[in-house]
Order: sequence, then C-alpha cells, then structure tokens
Amino acid sequence: MQFLGRVGTLLLGLSLVLAMCLPVGAVEPIKIGVLGPMSFTQGEGHWNGASMAADEINGAGGVKVAGVMRPIKLIKVDTNEFLSIPDATNAVEMAVSRYNVDFLVGGFRTEAVQVMQDIAMDAKKIFIGCGAAHPELCTRVTKDYDRYKYWFRLTPINSSYLGKVDFILLGTAAAIMKKTLGIKKIKVAVVAEKAAWADPIVNISQKLLPAKMGMEVVGVWRPSPVAKDCTAELAAIQRSGAHIVFTTFSSSVGLTFAKQMGELKVPAVAVGINVESQKSGFWEATGGKGNYVETINTYARVAITPKTIPFYDKYVKLFKQAPNYTAGTYDALYILKEAVEKAGSVNSDKVLPFLEKTDYIDTAGRVVFDKSHDVTWGPGYVTAIGTQWQDGEIKCVWPYHWEKVFYEGTVPFKLPPWVVGYWKNKK
Amino acid sequence: MILDIIIDGLIKGSVYALLAIGFSLVLGVARIINIAHTALYMTAAYLIFVGTKLMGLPAPLAMVASIVLTVILGLLIYNFFIKPIQEHEAAVLIATIAVAMMIQEVFLMIFGGHYLGVNPLIDGYATILGVKVTYQHLLALGLALVVLVATRMFLQKTRLGLAIRSTAQDREVANLMGMNVTRVAMGTMAVSVGMAAITGAIVVPLVTVEPTMWMHPLIMMLAIVVLGGLGSIEGSFVGAFILGFAESLVVFLVPMGSFLKDSVALSIMILVLLIRPEGLFGVSFEEER
Repeated sequence: MQFLGRVGTLLLGLSLVLAMCLPVGAVEPIKIGVLGPMSFTQGEGHWNGASMAADEINGAGGVKVAGVMRPIKLIKVDTNEFLSIPDATNAVEMAVSRYNVDFLVGGFRTEAVQVMQDIAMDAKKIFIGCGAAHPELCTRVTKDYDRYKYWFRLTPINSSYLGKVDFILLGTAAAIMKKTLGIKKIKVAVVAEKAAWADPIVNISQKLLPAKMGMEVVGVWRPSPVAKDCTAELAAIQRSGAHIVFTTFSSSVGLTFAKQMGELKVPAVAVGINVESQKSGFWEATGGKGNYVETINTYARVAITPKTIPFYDKYVKLFKQAPNYTAGTYDALYILKEAVEKAGSVNSDKVLPFLEKTDYIDTAGRVVFDKSHDVTWGPGYVTAIGTQWQDGEIKCVWPYHWEKVFYEGTVPFKLPPWVVGYWKNKK
Repeated sequence: MILDIIIDGLIKGSVYALLAIGFSLVLGVARIINIAHTALYMTAAYLIFVGTKLMGLPAPLAMVASIVLTVILGLLIYNFFIKPIQEHEAAVLIATIAVAMMIQEVFLMIFGGHYLGVNPLIDGYATILGVKVTYQHLLALGLALVVLVATRMFLQKTRLGLAIRSTAQDREVANLMGMNVTRVAMGTMAVSVGMAAITGAIVVPLVTVEPTMWMHPLIMMLAIVVLGGLGSIEGSFVGAFILGFAESLVVFLVPMGSFLKDSVALSIMILVLLIRPEGLFGVSFEEER
C-alpha cells in the first residue's frame, strides 16, 4: 500500500507539472514569415518593423482568435534577393513547406517578389508586400483573382503613384526656384539609372516637362545602377546649364551621384527618387555631401497620423536608425491582427474578406485596399511624403499644403546656398 | 567638352593603371592569375573605413595600417592558397576566385550590404580650365602617378626589381641562374598586393564601400591587362588610359547611353584582340615559350 501511495503521489506530481505546461504548449502561435534580404538595409527594415509589432502585440497578450489569445511567432526568411533570385525562391518555399507559416510579409525586388508571390499563392498563404512597387504585382489580382487574391501591397505606393508624386515634387521645386531666383524657364537634367522601372519616368519626363510643365529638358543621362563614378555625367550636366537634376535612383548609384554632386557643388537642385537618401546612413556615407537632396519617402518625424511619431521615435530608439519603407511590416502585422481577430481564424480564405475591407489608420496614412489589393493613394489616404536632407536631418518638405494636406512638422523646401549664389550671380 | 573628357579620362585611367599594373606584375613574373587582386583592394578600403570611422584613427595612419595589413593578408593567401598549386594556372585562377568570394562574404557578414563612405583627405574642388575637379580626385591622380613612377624605379633600379624583371622574361632561365624564383614570386606578390592596397587607400573616399565593390574594377582590370598584353606592365599602363578615356567619351558623347561605358570599353578590348591577338604590348602566342 505504501508503495502504491508513493506511485500515486508521483503520478499526481507528474500530472500537476503537465497541467502547468499544457496551457502554454497548447496555444499554437501564429507563424508569420518575414521575407527580406536580411544582410541589407531593406531586409533589416522588414525584420525590425515586424519584430517591433510582434513584441508589442505579444506584450499585450497576443492575437485573439476565436476567444483564445495566441502569440505571434516571426520566422526570419533571408531571401538574399539582391544577389540571387533563386535564393529568394528557395527561402519562401522553405517558409511555406518546412516552417508552415500562416502569413507572409515583406519582399523587396519586384523580379524576386513575383516569384515569391507565385509560391505563396500556390500555398494559399496571404502575402502582404512591403517593398516592391511595380503595378504588375497587383494587376495580377484583377487579371486572375482566384489565384492571386491572397496578395496585398501595403508599402510603398505603386510606381504609377510614385511617378505622380515625383512630378509634383519636381513642379514644387521648380516653382520655388522661379520665385526665389527669378528664373523664367527652368532647365531640367533627367538622370535615371538604367533599369526597366525607370524607363517610363524618363519617357514621360521628356514629353511632359516641355509640353505641360513649361520646363526645358537639357539632356537625359542613364548611368548604370551600380556606377561607381558619376563625375563625367556631372560635368556634362553642369555644362548643360540645368537648374534641377531630376533623379530616378533605387540603387547604389544614388549615393555616388549625390556625394559627387555635393562635392563638386554643381549649381542645381537634386529632386526626385533617390532610395539611398531615404536611409539614415546616407549622411554618413556621403560625408554630409548629400545635403539638400530631396526624395520621395514614406517616413519622417512628422504627424502623418497620430501613430507616426511614436512609431518613428520608438524605432529610432530601438534600432538607432530611421525606418525606411520596408519597415511597413510593422503596420502589416497590425492589419493582419485586426483581420484575424474579426475572422476568428488564421485560415487564409476566412481572413481574406476582412482584409479586403480594411480601413485602418497606420503609421503612413489611412490604409484602404482597392480592387487590385493595392494601397489607395491620395489626399485622405496614403500620400507618401517628400523629404529633404537639411543639415544632417531628414525633414519632411511635402505635402506642404498640397490639396489641403499638411502634416504637422513639415518644413519648407530649401535651396542649397551655392545654387542660390550661382544663379543670382549669373543674372 | 574636350577638356572635360581629357581630365576625366586621366583620372579614371590613373586609378585603373594602378590596379592593372599590380595584377600584371604578378601575372608576368609568377604566372599567377590573381582574381582576388581587387578583393584585396576592397579589403584595404574596408580597413580604412574601420580605422577612420570606427576607431577614430587619423586618415594617414589608417591608410598606412590598412596597406600593411592587406599586404600581410595577401602573403597569407599566397602561402596557403596559391603556392601549393602555383604550377597549375587554371587551379590558381579558380582558387583565387574562391578567395575573392570568401573575402566578399566575410565583409557581407561583418558589415552587411550597407553602403559606407570615408571622408576625403582634402575637401573641396579646383576649377581647371573651366572643369571642376575635386581635390581628392587630383590627389588620386597625383598619387597614382607617383606610385607608378616609384614602381618603375623599383623595377629598374633595385636588385629585387632586376630579379622580378628577369623572372618575368624567363622563369626557367632565372631559376637556372641561381635565383630563388619562389621567393621572387613572393616578393612580387607583396608588391602587387601593396599596389592594390594603395589603390584602395587612394580611391576609398571617391567610391562607395560595399561588399561587391571589387567586381567592377576586376572586369576593367582584366580588360586592361588583356588589351595591353598579358603580363606587360607598359601595356597595362597604356591600356588603362585607353579604357579610361573611352569611358569618358561615351558619357559625354552619348549621355543616354552612359550605362554603356563599360561595354564600350570591353568592346575596344575585343576589337584590339581581333586585330592584334597578343594585345598591344604582348608577346605573340607563337613566340611564347
């Protein structure tokens, strides 16, 4: 009997231990695959944004799915898409089949994201894109809804809208130059890296600037996306007498160009798209020569929504750098949380209708997905912003009372002093 | 525009010449096709970044330290990866590709794919005949010319230089004359890597420091060496300036096609090879031993 008593006590103890462990083990986490080139700034943005949101959500108890609070578990998926698209394919395959993720967020290069998109769609996994801008990614949804309905783009706005903002920034800078320097006709040098996504901007520039915007295109330069030296282009641009250099850069050439343009004090303003200048490290990498470069951007320390500044400050505090647009994974997780809680399930087909009805104020604006599952652009929605480097800080300079849109903290666009001096002396 | 082309071409050519001559030297003397040559140039650039930006050392001190450390690394690579297979040129070629990739991956692992920069030694620019040139570019041009002259003097006036030249002319005869060709090869390797490191030190403020920065100079350097004649130092010097000027010409004459500057430079190389297969200053294949 004594022996049986001891066995009984042991069994009771064991069952108590199991009972203590079971509730934790029984709640299955929601697995979210974060896709990005993790050795590069863009991938760091993906991961930082997602991990910040996951920590916050888990800290608040998790995601409520059919009455059960489930934590989020992030799976870091290094796509290495800058160096190898096959690597990206393998990484997503692994996330879907081996780690059996419930959702996917991230991606950067359009060519790689298209492949990742196909894999995710085949596996019927909801994939919120936070990096690639090509419209085709969303056009696929309208063309073949049944196959591509699980795809959504949150950030950045698509390249057609980016183009619109691009020309608005150019027009604004031209108006300021005309007013400040009394220039009658603005001369523009179009400089775009030789890449497929930049071709439409170059073509439209050549037609639109003289015909609709009253500007003269003095030349078009197409350096390689990875050009290590742009001094020849800059010498030619200066000879052309351009007042504005309209840039379209997404690669390292943007850094080289801005650095050398500042070093040579070319008497022109750089306006347009320069992805490198969106990064905190731009100032250090150009040795401060990138001062006054303006670019389209997603984040700056301005109140786009009440969430922007707290997000921005916390991000800078945690990661010692400003968020770039791939950090939109932060909002992607909150949007997913909202849809999952409404659906009461992590099943893609159940979450999908709620995701389609998203109307959510995130850190970059009001997110409403259109029929192609693309984020809506325009006043009252996500607008994107224009930022300019001003003495070591990224400042938001647009929208500056555009279509009645003004974000608290936005400052006026500044002309570089050497540009002002040069053109005033020319008169 | 002509002045722009001349000045820009001179600067580009001088930097290419520094890289190509170092590569040519070790190819001519030891028949080592060291693909890791520009990866060592990148190593020097990263070391200067570490010295100046992370450790706060004065730029000249960081430059000297980076050159010394890169030469030591180059000699280690020679001893462990090249020397054991030196007689097999194809194996050396493949081994040095692997070494270059290893160096790239190490930097990618340590620094990530971030684009980094180093401040110029002298800030500002000069206007020469209406053409703006940064002082750093002028310094690069000046230093490149000094290094090229110094290399020439070293090869012509020193005992090691004499040994290098004789080994380059005929390795077997040099060996029979009592020269330790392995030691000469090692000395040449040190000089060659030193030149790559000096180039890295000179141009680091002009370029973006990142883990793939060695690839473009490698392509240009190989094109120059083939254009000038394999292993010919004079050929590399002339070839470097030809391709430097070709690049500048493309940007100024065909701005829409400025991305083609590398392709045009490489096309010139192919064209010269079609007319003169041994390159501008090379020994014709039939005459080769």
